[in-house]
Amino acid sequence: MRVIFKNSYDNDINLFEDRVHLLKYAVLLLAALVMPWVISAFYVGELTSVLIWSLAGLGLMLIAGHTGQVSLGHAAFMAIGAFSHLALMLRGWPFVPALIASGVITGLAGALIARPLGRMSGIYLAIATLALSIIIEDVAIVATPITGGIAGLFAPPIEFFGLMIDRYGTPRAFYYLCLTVLIIVTLGYANLLRSPTGRSFLAVRDSEVSARALGVNVPRAKTVSFALSCAITGLAGALYAHQAQAVNYESFLVLISITLLLQVVVGGLGSMHGAFFGAFVVVLLPQTISMARSFINTNTPFNLGAYPGMDTAVFALIILLMIIYEPRGIYGIWIRLRTWLELFPLYRKGMFRRTRTYLKTERMR
Amino acid sequence: MSLLQVEGLSIHFGGVKAVDNISFTVEPGEVFTIVGPNGAGKSTIFNLISRLYEPTAGRIVFDGRDITRLPAHDIAGIGIARTFQNIELFDHSSVLQNLLIGRHSRRRTRWYEDMLFLPKVRRAEREDRRIVEEVIDFLELAAYRDKLIAGLPYGVRKLVEIARALSSEPKLILLDEPASGLSVEETIDMAWWIEDMQKDLGLTVLMVEHDMSLVSRVSTRVLAVAEGKALALGTSAEVQADPRVIEAYLGKQENHE
Repeated sequence: MRVIFKNSYDNDINLFEDRVHLLKYAVLLLAALVMPWVISAFYVGELTSVLIWSLAGLGLMLIAGHTGQVSLGHAAFMAIGAFSHLALMLRGWPFVPALIASGVITGLAGALIARPLGRMSGIYLAIATLALSIIIEDVAIVATPITGGIAGLFAPPIEFFGLMIDRYGTPRAFYYLCLTVLIIVTLGYANLLRSPTGRSFLAVRDSEVSARALGVNVPRAKTVSFALSCAITGLAGALYAHQAQAVNYESFLVLISITLLLQVVVGGLGSMHGAFFGAFVVVLLPQTISMARSFINTNTPFNLGAYPGMDTAVFALIILLMIIYEPRGIYGIWIRLRTWLELFPLYRKGMFRRTRTYLKTERMR
Repeated sequence: MSLLQVEGLSIHFGGVKAVDNISFTVEPGEVFTIVGPNGAGKSTIFNLISRLYEPTAGRIVFDGRDITRLPAHDIAGIGIARTFQNIELFDHSSVLQNLLIGRHSRRRTRWYEDMLFLPKVRRAEREDRRIVEEVIDFLELAAYRDKLIAGLPYGVRKLVEIARALSSEPKLILLDEPASGLSVEETIDMAWWIEDMQKDLGLTVLMVEHDMSLVSRVSTRVLAVAEGKALALGTSAEVQADPRVIEAYLGKQENHE
């Protein structure tokens, strides 16, 4: 078991609490850098998907996990990010300015929508954001000059300081590009969480009334959180457009919004880790299920091909079990595993039992 | 000059006059207690002062400034901090994190500066932590510093809520039933904390409380309210002896022949 001796406020302020902590993330980064040279091109593509969904998940995590406002419409912001990015690139903008602009545009769109949405909570907010997700499908068809109408847009190859980056031509380069964007966003996110802005989000999530009494301008905090959340999701949408090579009105259906929400819930609401864990599940689980299915079909007398929809059912079952037995998601499992390893052999079974919560003052509106 | 002046304050919810034309002043450095039976409007007065409710009529003046129309999130910034009757802490954060959120009204950085974690953010953060550690020392919370709220005993949570209010460096602290749900020993401790806040920190305390042992021990002056109206104002003993107060609590004495 590690004991950290703190002798300066900076011990608590720094992103990494000590050298060991820093070393762990250095190893993780190294693994991420080496990975594309170890696995086949197909899996590099899958891993790139994991990165992109991690980014989108981080966006949703900020608003749903850390500010406590459920959004069922985040695919809409992926769409705004993707279409604005491609529209700018097709008008001759280089990749980096177009990517940044798409983040800014999506963030502004989010800020605009956050004002009316900030007045709602719970089920009403969920319905409003769901509506947003549905509306965007039609907008994508109607706004032909930007979105290319029904046909959609094709992603041009990325030119990056003389280097041509293409999802199929140079999968490794595209992987590193996505990794870079993800790391920058992750650092910014971590900085937010260790500063007053991030704490004001947590305050809004846990008790709006005491947040107000402590000087948090709640509508403003919600707007900032929603705008940043949308900006991150917009960046993910822009990268997704390159990953998918083409986007149209069918690329960002409501199902994507719901998958994103599942991702952050299964990963663990309220932790940055959760977005990453969830991305692995969302991207790799269907893959694993279909591999298991073909294994069963060829090696056992059962023929699962006769049962269409099996994959979705298994996926849904896993998510159901997750929510019933580990509401804190994969992150919760991870924390318990880590504690077990650190304390071995002193771990006790009841250590993470949830304590009862006390009565809250009736919410004042 | 009085620190807080409440003049003719009223709030009506439909036909219910929850607070009806109440006036009082709180002098700097005193412990002013509001007592009254359940539903008398004590917490409503608190919610009016912290601007969570919109008064129907009346004026609230703090430190020479009319705050009747100030938005709720500016109240902490001018030096009024509060606790809640049923504890409104941020359950999923540590004690330290809760106290740091208490510093929000003193923040000097904007969100994009936070996101880039500029040197000025680090400086502000160090300063915030220094003050928060002083509060932790003052209320002897060091043992719970890094614990999550969700696992703490009720009495400690009460204290953490006071610590969070103190972190904003207030001039006036509003304590909504600081002793409710506490054991006899914890109530005695609470009396010590309140006296310390008044004497060592020079704070002015406005308190709502039912426990008369605590009230008579720490209060400079006591205001009794019932059904939204002020009944009596004076020292604890005077108020407790007032026939109108006794009537409000126990009902009218009937004359039996």
